[in-house]
Amino acid sequence: MIEVRGVYFTYPTGVEALKGVSLTINNGEFIAIMGQNGAGKTTLVKHFNGLLKPTKGEVIVDGVSTREVSVAKLARTVGFVFQNPDHQLFCETVEDEVAFALRNFGFDESAIKRRIAWALNLLDVTQYRQTSPFMLSGGERKRVALASVLAWDPKVVILDEPTIGQDHQQKEKLRQFIVQLNAQRKTVIIVTHDVEFVAECNPRVVLMAEGKILAEGEARETLTNQRLVAQASIVPPQIAQVFMGLTDLGLPTNVIDVYEARRVLLDLLEVAS
Amino acid sequence: MSIFEGFRFRRVSSVIHLLDPRVKFFYVCVLFVMAIMFSELLPLLLLFFVPLPFVFVAGVQREWIRSMKGASFLAAIIFSTNLFFRYMASGYVWSMSLLEYSLAMTIRFIVLVESFSVFFLTTSPDHLGLALEQSHVPYEFCFAFTTAVRFVPVLAEEAQTIMDAQKARGLELERGSFMKRVRNYIPILIPLIVSAIRRSLELAEAMESRAWGASEKRTNLYVLRMKRADYSLAVGSILMLALAAYARLFLPIPSLAILLRV
Amino acid sequence: MNEDFANNVAGETLAVIETRGLTYTYPGGTRPSIEDVSIRIEKGEFVILTGPSGCGKTTLCRCFNGLIPHFYGGKLEGELVVADLKVVEHSIHELARHVGFVFQNPENQLFALSVEKDVAFGLENLAVPRDEMRKRVDWALQMTGIEELNERPPYELSGGQQQRVAIASVLVMQPEVMILDEPTSFLDPVGAQKIFEVINELNKKLGITIILVEHRLDLASKYANHVIVMDEGKVVLDGEPRGIFNSERARLIGVGIPKATRLYQILRESGVNLGKVPVTSEEASNLLREVLKHD
Repeated sequence: MIEVRGVYFTYPTGVEALKGVSLTINNGEFIAIMGQNGAGKTTLVKHFNGLLKPTKGEVIVDGVSTREVSVAKLARTVGFVFQNPDHQLFCETVEDEVAFALRNFGFDESAIKRRIAWALNLLDVTQYRQTSPFMLSGGERKRVALASVLAWDPKVVILDEPTIGQDHQQKEKLRQFIVQLNAQRKTVIIVTHDVEFVAECNPRVVLMAEGKILAEGEARETLTNQRLVAQASIVPPQIAQVFMGLTDLGLPTNVIDVYEARRVLLDLLEVAS
Repeated sequence: MSIFEGFRFRRVSSVIHLLDPRVKFFYVCVLFVMAIMFSELLPLLLLFFVPLPFVFVAGVQREWIRSMKGASFLAAIIFSTNLFFRYMASGYVWSMSLLEYSLAMTIRFIVLVESFSVFFLTTSPDHLGLALEQSHVPYEFCFAFTTAVRFVPVLAEEAQTIMDAQKARGLELERGSFMKRVRNYIPILIPLIVSAIRRSLELAEAMESRAWGASEKRTNLYVLRMKRADYSLAVGSILMLALAAYARLFLPIPSLAILLRV
Repeated sequence: MNEDFANNVAGETLAVIETRGLTYTYPGGTRPSIEDVSIRIEKGEFVILTGPSGCGKTTLCRCFNGLIPHFYGGKLEGELVVADLKVVEHSIHELARHVGFVFQNPENQLFALSVEKDVAFGLENLAVPRDEMRKRVDWALQMTGIEELNERPPYELSGGQQQRVAIASVLVMQPEVMILDEPTSFLDPVGAQKIFEVINELNKKLGITIILVEHRLDLASKYANHVIVMDEGKVVLDGEPRGIFNSERARLIGVGIPKATRLYQILRESGVNLGKVPVTSEEASNLLREVLKHD
């Protein structure tokens, strides 16, 4: 469980990025932290694995304050996949890349071998085991980075802007993958401004703006609240926008899924006829 | 190292900042030559005080003080080595002139640091780049210079992100033996270098797409024009140099010790 | 290069880009990245070029301004005429006067220490005299809405502002065509919308032909009047937006069509016909309103 208690954070440059944030994330939850660039989303999640320590307030991960533990120790529980895989990749082979964190965490050699095979298989990159990660395509490098984090089986997985530059099919695969991780009882936290992707995943949404949490709740309620969405500088999902133009005809405003939209419309039409 | 603080440009406006960088550079070179001309303490002390009014007019006192503090460590080394070896060379005979000479050498070093520091503190990188261009330095070098400066904050931020990413995979940068700590920087350096190479490729594409190499002689949006203040500084510097040369060649320079006794 | 082909293009119509059988293999590549591409883009069109990752759309774009073959080398076959110029016979800097290119990463296409110096970069390269340069730079800054930023260094700007600087620096050379390769990848939805609005203004007000490579069709599709879909190096769909977004082929390839269009499709499956194919939420709302009122 991750508890954020009244956290303020100011960067050494003097920029106050977090202005009193409180949040509780329970085990096994699936959360999307949303808001425009600069709202403080990445700053907030960097507190979860101790990369940043609060200037004021506290962050408690599994009962321990992040001030009292090293990043390496917290990373064992909280895995962080950065936006750009090229900021992580440096080894000669994909295998070494995945082994890197495992060696840092002190796993024994047989466990390392097992976990590498498992992680490569999970992300469908086994065929690249002996390949240099620099030779792979963008999407493949993303999968290798993801594999290298999942290899040590962290309880919490944080994905920072995982959909940037991805095409529709890649996003769909990612969505299914996240569902899978969540089904394995992992806590999944994504930081994103991709509203359509979040609408399809339907997680709990935390909306941020200017270093504060504006609101949190179900995706269908937060992403369709026009006032909140405007404050957070995001746009509502397209389906919600369609329905927002028809409120005078009695359509509900909290529909974000295209299939649910159809159901509602068919019901309405049936009633009418 | 805080000595570098004294060289980082700060965006503040003052008369000094508006001076033509070529003239400022000439002035600094004159100071440099004058500092080399004299080995006596008195003239060097004088030289130390010359750039001070510039520092105050430009409003860069705080950074300048920081660079002086940073230079003090090296200055102390210069002082003590000079003192020690001169002492040895004179056959272990102590005299005031030993002290004076070592002090003079130390002040010379400080004058050099001081004048270049004022130059870099009051000249913006784009101003510098423009000065280079107009001084007929080949455009490729000017471009390389300004582009490098432009990317310094970008690379610094990227280095931080890479460190974060690797720390999040259990990399410990603070613990371990010296050798281990050096090796732990490989996961930081390689992504940084690879990223720099990728970035250069993208930059090259963008440059080509904006007609790089289309003309033999490029034109420039800005132009540096010398104003009255610039001519004054140039003339003043030449006068200083002339005076110094005269003093060096024709005037006897007293040592501080003799002056004090008098 | 086929003489007749080039002459036809010049004399006949207002095609600003035309290719026939274009095939390209990167140096050391085993398979062509684009194969047998034959398309025609008319002056003033707003084209969206899309397709799954790796389909060749970026490669194709780089042919239009000469980066392929002049910068990348490799083997280019087939015919390609851009703004009445045969690409193979003209250098990149000649083509740069006619075709502007805005890249995906805003950071890596800005070199100077102030916005207006960056915008002036292309004109400086073309040795445009200072007075003319000043006028054009001010005009470009105004067209992209960033006049107040003119002395700021790029590092201090947001991603959206940086992209507008990039657009201004391309616009200032007054090209007939502007290519934008996934320009909003790194931007949030509000920033992305602003960029599309700027591009749309350039297209409608100045008549600049736009080629936009995009995945985010929900935001961009309302501006386009021509869509080209590629898959595995080949052009598989080429025509007007509604037909293509609604097609089965697009869905099979995995193109992320606008949700409004998807809603139309699944309603159709359930027997409800909206009449027209919507690509924006407003269109879908209006069409639904008609259907609901009817009953």
